[in-house]
Amino acid sequence: MTEEKILLDHGSGGKVSHSMFFDLILPIFESPELLKQDDGATLEMGGAKLAFSTDSYVVDPIFFPGGNIGDLAINGTVNDIAMCGAVPQFISVGLILEEGFPVRDLKIILESMATAAKKAGVRIVTGDTKVVPKGKADKIFINTSGIGLILPGVNVSGANAKPGDAVIISGTLADHGITVLSTREGLKFDSDIKTDSAPLNGMVQSILQSGCEVHVLRDPTRGGLGTTLNEIAVQSGVEIVIDEPSLPIRGPVKGTCELLGFDPLYIANEGKLVAFVPEADVGKVLEIMQKNEYGKDAAVIGTVSRKSSGKVFLKTFIGGTRLVDMLTGDQLPRIC
Amino acid sequence: MAMKYIEEYRDAGLAKDLIKKIHGVSKKNLRLMEVCGTHTMSIFRHGIRSVLPKTITLLSGPGCPVCVTAQKDIDAFVEFAKLKNVIVTTFGDLIRVPGSRSSLGKEKADGADVRIVYSIFDAVHIAKENKDKDVVFCGVGFETTIPTIAAGILMAIEENLHNFFVYSANKLTPPALAALMETKGVEIDGFILPGHVSVITGTQAYRGTFEKYRMPSVISGFEPIDILNAVLLLIEQNEKGRPALVNAYERAVCDEGNVKAKQIMNQVFEVCPASWRGIGEIPFSGMGLKKEYQAFDAALKFNMNLPDVPEPRGCACGEILMGLKTPEQCSLYKKKCTPMTPVGPCMVSSEGSCAAFYKYS
Repeated sequence: MTEEKILLDHGSGGKVSHSMFFDLILPIFESPELLKQDDGATLEMGGAKLAFSTDSYVVDPIFFPGGNIGDLAINGTVNDIAMCGAVPQFISVGLILEEGFPVRDLKIILESMATAAKKAGVRIVTGDTKVVPKGKADKIFINTSGIGLILPGVNVSGANAKPGDAVIISGTLADHGITVLSTREGLKFDSDIKTDSAPLNGMVQSILQSGCEVHVLRDPTRGGLGTTLNEIAVQSGVEIVIDEPSLPIRGPVKGTCELLGFDPLYIANEGKLVAFVPEADVGKVLEIMQKNEYGKDAAVIGTVSRKSSGKVFLKTFIGGTRLVDMLTGDQLPRIC
Repeated sequence: MAMKYIEEYRDAGLAKDLIKKIHGVSKKNLRLMEVCGTHTMSIFRHGIRSVLPKTITLLSGPGCPVCVTAQKDIDAFVEFAKLKNVIVTTFGDLIRVPGSRSSLGKEKADGADVRIVYSIFDAVHIAKENKDKDVVFCGVGFETTIPTIAAGILMAIEENLHNFFVYSANKLTPPALAALMETKGVEIDGFILPGHVSVITGTQAYRGTFEKYRMPSVISGFEPIDILNAVLLLIEQNEKGRPALVNAYERAVCDEGNVKAKQIMNQVFEVCPASWRGIGEIPFSGMGLKKEYQAFDAALKFNMNLPDVPEPRGCACGEILMGLKTPEQCSLYKKKCTPMTPVGPCMVSSEGSCAAFYKYS
């Protein structure tokens, strides 16, 4: 027997990541908050309800059209907190730098982080910097954590989806993943695609404060929409059916996916959310999203059809039906 | 933005008409084999099985290059990865395919220099940039891929590279179809012939096999409308008892094929016997390097000639590739063999029938 080793698949956000979480991490940490598997933990402290989340960024390349590793790291954690229904407020930043990394590049990245934090209305309040010898890390890795306040009456979770809910996506799919891929060495396309990295806390608060009922909020990052919907289906014990013709995907993104054999359902997004909303509130939520600068292409893409063991199906262009499984293996390593 | 040549072939109205016609014409129980793995994936991805009548059974054939690669060839790739000062370059699909003891992915995790490339030219480029190392390219492909591998070798000559090598586990499609027809127990009523392969070979490559076996055969594109149309044509041929060889992918395939590509392929490679997983050796079904290009042969350079090893016990990949079993009839399917813990390559490859069954149904 050869010793079991960590493979790139373990970081994909798909099936292999999930089994590592359940078989290795969860049994050792034994944490009820981790068991909930939401984007962040929901905690009570001194009478206040808080959301707390962390994420590490290892994207390669560190600069790509529409952004860089810095604003990605801020927006990613802001969004994870927002998806708990919270108002993100404070962010920590941990930098791991490779010896020899140009200070000029670091300055650009830090300035992007400051700008992104300002735009999202959060403050960077604590941090740490480590430098490792050349070759022991690749340029720069960033960890961000964040805390946000959950306002009274808000209760969103991946476990709250109910039969009859409509599934709404806030915009086009797969922009971030395809942007990073096309920027990567050896795969250069002439296209006008750029990352969708954006803070979604404003949109989330507009929805939550409108009085509309929202059961689930989730940002389909690594692993893509397909994996996110599977997670929600399992957490809530429901079957989700999505409609292929209604999925918003930009032409160049669709074309690149066709060309390289990628399924846009499994490609990362960094500025999109899915909302599960009861039928009565669909129109209003959709309108709020479409009015937001990051939600112009928002669309209803499916429904929760019934209680079940947690499966996702796709109604195809030709009227056929097929399963949408969780991602197995990694389509694209180091996408965020 | 509409995508020309794609969205027309996914048109819901056209699909509805074709599905209606298929249901109207189909009387006999028919077993139709899509030879190519890309067809298999398209059939599952677009939910085509779910719209066909119960009379029609679609079988996946031996047309996924990774799936038909013999265990000894996979083992050879792993052995290359273990060598010092060797960079193994491969298409991504091979990374997780289990050899007898290890896989390229596991060797990579152990520190081997294994790099995924999207084209053989990337591999040639890596050789150019790493002249102090030997670069081996894992050649696994059909007529679609072999000309590009040949072009890669010609490029290496032009660049005067002496550290670039190809291990050829390449294979030809028509001899496999003939071998299938000769296999006992194989029940097929029609072939959906591969689209990409046919672009290179042309319709004429299948004529000999067709004349001999009179098997209804339709060359098809990969979009749902293409496949539904091919299914309809095959049903009509069967119902009327009039088998024919039809090119229904005329927007890409002509009778003589891609002459230039075939010329480059035949300049560098020559026909040889090849081992197919589960099927065994098929004469005239492989493409080995010609004598004058043997300096690029990784098998010769590293003296890599491993013995043929039986497939893992219980793995039905071979029978599945011949349409003798469906993935669900394999005793390992979804139990011991999953995409996370694959036993056979049909569960790993993005074009494998077991992976398609697992992923989409």
